[in-house]
Amino acid sequence: MKRRTFLKSLSAAGAATALPMPAIWSSAKAQARQETLLVVSESGPNNVDIHGVGTNVPGYEVSWNCYDRLISHEMKTLPNGTQYYDRDKFKMELAEDMNVGDMSATFKLRKDAKFQDGTPVTAKDVKWSLDRAVSVGGFPTFQMGAGSLTKREQFVVVDDHTVRVDFIKKDRLTIPDLAVIVPCIINSGLVQKHATEKDPWGLEYTKLNTVGSGAYKMTKWQPGAEVILERNDDWKLGPQPKVRRIIWRMVPSAGNRRALLERGDADISYELPNKDFVELREAGKLNIVSTPFSNGCQYIGMNVTKPPFDNVKVRQAVAYAIPYQKIMDAALFGLAKPLYGSGLDKVKDAVWPVAHNYNTDIAKAKQLLAEAGYPNGFETTISFDLGFATINEPLCVLTQESLAQIGIKAEINKVTGANWRTELNKKTMPLYTNVFSGWLDYPEYFFIWCYHGKNSIFNTMSYQSKQMDAFIDGAGDAATSGNKAAYETNVKGFLDLAFADVPRIPIFQPLSNVAMQKNVSGYQYWFHRRLDYRSLVKG
Amino acid sequence: MLGMVLKRLMLAIPSLIGVVIVTFLLTRALPGDPAAYFAGPAATQEAVDQIRKQLGLDQPLPQQFVRYVKDLARGDMGVALTTGQPVAAEIMSRLPASAELTLLGLIVSVLIAVPLGILAATNPGSLLDHTCRIVTTAGVSLPVFFTGLLLVYFFYYLLGVAPAPLGRLDVYFSAPPQVTGFYLIDSLIARDGETFVASLKQLILPAATLAIFALAPIARMTRASMLAVLGSEFVRTAKASGLSPSTVVVTYAFRNAMLPVITTLGMVFSFLLGANVLVEKVFAWPGIGSYAVEALIASDFAPVQGFVLTMAVMYVVLNLLIDILYGLIDPRVRIEA
Repeated sequence: MKRRTFLKSLSAAGAATALPMPAIWSSAKAQARQETLLVVSESGPNNVDIHGVGTNVPGYEVSWNCYDRLISHEMKTLPNGTQYYDRDKFKMELAEDMNVGDMSATFKLRKDAKFQDGTPVTAKDVKWSLDRAVSVGGFPTFQMGAGSLTKREQFVVVDDHTVRVDFIKKDRLTIPDLAVIVPCIINSGLVQKHATEKDPWGLEYTKLNTVGSGAYKMTKWQPGAEVILERNDDWKLGPQPKVRRIIWRMVPSAGNRRALLERGDADISYELPNKDFVELREAGKLNIVSTPFSNGCQYIGMNVTKPPFDNVKVRQAVAYAIPYQKIMDAALFGLAKPLYGSGLDKVKDAVWPVAHNYNTDIAKAKQLLAEAGYPNGFETTISFDLGFATINEPLCVLTQESLAQIGIKAEINKVTGANWRTELNKKTMPLYTNVFSGWLDYPEYFFIWCYHGKNSIFNTMSYQSKQMDAFIDGAGDAATSGNKAAYETNVKGFLDLAFADVPRIPIFQPLSNVAMQKNVSGYQYWFHRRLDYRSLVKG
Repeated sequence: MLGMVLKRLMLAIPSLIGVVIVTFLLTRALPGDPAAYFAGPAATQEAVDQIRKQLGLDQPLPQQFVRYVKDLARGDMGVALTTGQPVAAEIMSRLPASAELTLLGLIVSVLIAVPLGILAATNPGSLLDHTCRIVTTAGVSLPVFFTGLLLVYFFYYLLGVAPAPLGRLDVYFSAPPQVTGFYLIDSLIARDGETFVASLKQLILPAATLAIFALAPIARMTRASMLAVLGSEFVRTAKASGLSPSTVVVTYAFRNAMLPVITTLGMVFSFLLGANVLVEKVFAWPGIGSYAVEALIASDFAPVQGFVLTMAVMYVVLNLLIDILYGLIDPRVRIEA
C-alpha cells in the first residue's frame, strides 16, 4: 500500500459511507404486542435445567414454566386480593389422581399429556426424572432429601401410566416436596439420545434446551441479554395461558428498569430497590403487589461458640440495642413485615415467622451488658453480603451506631457476593446479617435447618440446645402422627426458646415486590417467588 | 511489510504467554469460591464439594493450569458458569456488540474533537479555545454512567424521543442474519432498512455517552500537536509562499500533526473497549465489558481469563495496525521490528 493511495482511499471510504438506504420497510413488526409480555429483571438464567450444576434462581423460573410436575398447589386469595399458593391444598398436574397410603403414594398419570416434541408422558419418564433428581447431586438432590426422597428404589413404575413413590420413613414433607420446582418431569427418551458416558443424565443438553411438557417452551436464549418463551399450544393440563409470548430482557440498571416501567415499555418487573417500589406505589401509575416471603426472615446472627456471644445476656443486650424502627424506615422504606416488639411474653400461635418481644431499649441493653460482665462493652465486627448491599449496608450502619451507644464497637466487614457463602459456611463470623427462607412453609422445617443441634450449614450461629432439639423433633413427630395439640405445644416451645436464647435476632420478613402495568393481571405468589406466566393476562 | 508483520507477531508471543500465566494465577487468587457461589444458598458442604469436583477445582493448581493450556490450544476457553455458555462463543458474539458501540462512539468523537482541536489551535486564547477547554474538561470529568443515566433520563424518560435502553435492538425486532456481528452493517447486507434504523436508534445514546468521554484526549492531543506543527518552519514557509490558510492548515499542518492523534486514537479505542462496562450496564448492552465484570463478581474464572486474553490479543493487533498506519502517513517513519 502506498501512502498517497492510502490517504486518498480514506476520503473515498468517507464518501462510501453515505450509501443509499434500501427502501424495504416491513410493516408487521409491532403486530403481536398485545399477546407479548415484556419482563425486565436484573439478571437472567445461567442454566435452564434445575438439575444442572449451579443453576441460578432465574433459571428456576424457566424450569417452573417449561416443565410440569406430578402435583402442584391450588391458589388462595389473601385479604389484600393477592393470589397466594395454598400450602395445604394440592392440585393435580401431570397426575390425574394421587392416592397417599401409609408408606407410599400412588400417582395415576394423565393419558393426554404430551411432551413438547409430541411423545406421550409415561411412567418411565417420571421415574427417570425423579431418579435423576436424587442422583445428580448438589442442590436438587439436597432439596429432594428435605422430603425424605433419597433413593432411586423409592420410585416404582407400576404400569405405563402409574407410578408409586415409596417412603423411606414417614415424613409430612414428602408430598409437598413433590410439588416444588425440582421434581419436574423430563422427556427421558429425548435427553437419553444426548447423554454420553461422561454425562449419563444429559445435563449438557438440558442446560440449553427445555424438554418438558410445560405450558411454555424456550425458543431463544441469549445469556445475559434475553430469553424468549413461546406458549405451547398443545398444553392441556390447565386453561390455556393468555400470553402467547414472553420476552424477558436483562436490564442491569435498576434506574432504567424503573424508567421502562414508568414509560409503559416494560410490562412487569421485580428486583427493584424498596425506595423505587414505595415511590412507584405513591405515583399510582402501576400495580404494585407486595407479599411477605413465605417462611423467611432477615436476621442478625451471633456466633454462640465464642465469647462474648456465648453469653445469653450479651445476646439479649444486642437484641435490645437493634434500632428496629430506624431499620424499617431508613433501610427498607417501610416495605417489610416487622418481626419485633410483639408486646407478648410468650408467642400466641404456632406459626412462623412471628414477632419476638424485643424492641429498642438502650437502658435495658446497657444493664444486661453490665450483668454479663461487659460494663464497658467490647470490640467486634459485623459482616454482610455486598450482593444485597442496598438493604444490608444501611442496616449494618444503623446497627453499628446503636451498638456504639452501649459500648460495643462493631467494625463493618463487607463481603463480596461470591465469597459470602464461603464465609458463612466457615461459621466464624461473630456478628452478621443474613436472610434465610425455605420453600416448604412449615415452622419445624425452618427450625430444623436453622436451630437444630445437628448443626446444618444454615445453623450459622452453631447453636446447640438439647431442649431446642427435643421441641423441634417433637413437632416433627407430632406433625407426622397428626397430633395437633402436641404439635402446637412443641412449635410454641421452640419459638419461645429461640426468642429467649436469641442466638439470632429476627428483624423483619422481607417482601417480594412485583410492579406491573395496570393492564397486566393474574399475578400469583409462589413459594419460589418467581413468575408463573401461565396465569398472567395482558389487556 | 509482510515479514515485518510476522516478526512483530512473533514478538507478541512471549507477552501473550505471560498474560495466560498471570491471569490464571490472578483469578485463582480471587477471594471467592466459585463452587460455594454456584452451589446456591441452600447447599450443604457436601453439595459444594460435589460441585467443586465437577468443576475440576479440587485438583492442584499446576494440574488445573495444564488442563487450561491444553484446552486453550484447542481454542477452548472453558465454560462460563454465570451464563452457562462456552466462553469463546460468548466472546465472539459479544465482541461485535462492544466494538460496534465503541467504534461509533469513537467516530462521533473524532468528528467533533478533531475539528475542535484544530480550530482551538489555529485561534489560541480565543473564545473558541476556551470553549474547547471547557467541553473537554467537562467531558472527561463526568463519569460515563452519570452521563449515560442523564441522557436516558432526558431523552428517554422525560422527552420520550430516544428508544428504551434495552440493548442493541427494540424487543419486537429480531437481529439481522449474522455476517459481521455489527447490526448496522448486517442489516444493510440484508437490505433491512427498518432494522438498520432501529439499531441505529439504540446506538445513539450509548455512543454519545462514550463520545463525550472520549472527546477530551482526542481534542487536547489534536490541539497540542497542531500548535507544535503550526509553529514549525515549513508552515511559515507555506504561509509565506501565499498558500491559502485552509491549504496550510489542512494539507500541510494537519497531516503532520496526525501521528500523535492516531496514537491517542489507538489508546482511546482499546481503553474504551474494555472500560465501557458502565455504559453497557446502563444501556443493557450485551457487550464484552459487562460480561467480564459479572464473571469477576461471581469469581467465574473462565470468562475472566478469556476476556483478558482477548483484550491482550486485541492490543497487540491494534498496536501493529497503528504502527503500519504510521508508515503510511509519514514516510519518514519506517518500522524496525
